[in-house]
Amino acid sequence: MKLLTHNMLSSNIKGVTNGFPLKIEAEKIIERPVEINPVFLKNMFAKLEWKPLVEASRTMGFSELPEDVPDMSVLDSDEFLQKFHHALLEIHLEEGALVCPETGRKFPVQKGIPNMMLHEDEV
Amino acid sequence: MPSMIAQIRLVSSHPEVYEPCEDSFALVDALLADRSKLLEHQPALCLEIGCGSGYVITSLALILGHAESGAYYMATDINPYAIQVTSETLEAHGVYAELIRTNIASGLEGRLDGLVDVIVCNPPYVPTPEDEVGRDGIASSWAGGENGRRVIDKILPIADNLLSEKGWLYMVLLAENNPSEVCLQMREKGFASRIVVQRSTEEETLHIVKFWRDPDIQIENNESRSKNRNGNTKASESFFTQMSRLSFWKRDSEQ
Repeated sequence: MKLLTHNMLSSNIKGVTNGFPLKIEAEKIIERPVEINPVFLKNMFAKLEWKPLVEASRTMGFSELPEDVPDMSVLDSDEFLQKFHHALLEIHLEEGALVCPETGRKFPVQKGIPNMMLHEDEV
Repeated sequence: MPSMIAQIRLVSSHPEVYEPCEDSFALVDALLADRSKLLEHQPALCLEIGCGSGYVITSLALILGHAESGAYYMATDINPYAIQVTSETLEAHGVYAELIRTNIASGLEGRLDGLVDVIVCNPPYVPTPEDEVGRDGIASSWAGGENGRRVIDKILPIADNLLSEKGWLYMVLLAENNPSEVCLQMREKGFASRIVVQRSTEEETLHIVKFWRDPDIQIENNESRSKNRNGNTKASESFFTQMSRLSFWKRDSEQ
């Protein structure tokens, strides 16, 4: 699971009002190089929740993203784009869990795949 | 030259996973028929709901493969074996999609609302007894309850929420699902529709219907709602509204 996907997931348990972002518990992290695409990154920047990305990326061992939401102008910096690209698309949570911030319920991540299936009493 | 769609010999399989069949081929043919429009569309986020063998999402990734803007692919399935098989099919073709095991798009709704530019979906559309809906394994790929609409009717409002302003939905519908009624329901939500591929086999008549938001329909819906509120809808207006609703099959506007 890439951190872009993490940025789009929230706890879907019935009654949970504050299910985003899911906290990451990382057991195995892998990195897979992907070709950088500045057009895609610029497009995606506006769709992201920045702080959850910074936090998730730090949990995954990468602390080089700026803490505060950067100004759009940073998208012209190759150095920034490289870090943004790496955090968003190259770091994978291979094994671990995503934890609901409200209830503590863990959604397992196995072989890189988050399991968001709910139990009967959670729907 | 690399193939433009997934190759059957590279599609992985499992006894509990639906293999690519006529419906899957028709959906991919619709995407191929729309290839130049899809490339022009430059979707950033693409989602398949119910990826099964992975044949469709792999083909979509291959079709859009050389788009300069790049795209991010996500696919869901309720069946864990389907997720595994899709992962193998993607890898065999050298493409990538993020896979999430979930029911329709549960866990993505909310954050992903309004962000998805292309949704593809080959839903469980076969009319079956109601109690067959929601079973595990391969039954989840086809059991559709009454008129085959049980799961389709759950997916449509979710797709409406997830699709961006410019978003497109491609969905497989069977004649028994009453596609014209599905299109009317989507029209109420502001969507225009077009049949991209229609195909009859010995057993079924398949439609691949494309839906997109149409500002004119949205305005029309708002007007007719306010008229209904004011209670001054005249018989003639009502007639024309009916007419325009019935004419959607022939709409030849852009998409």
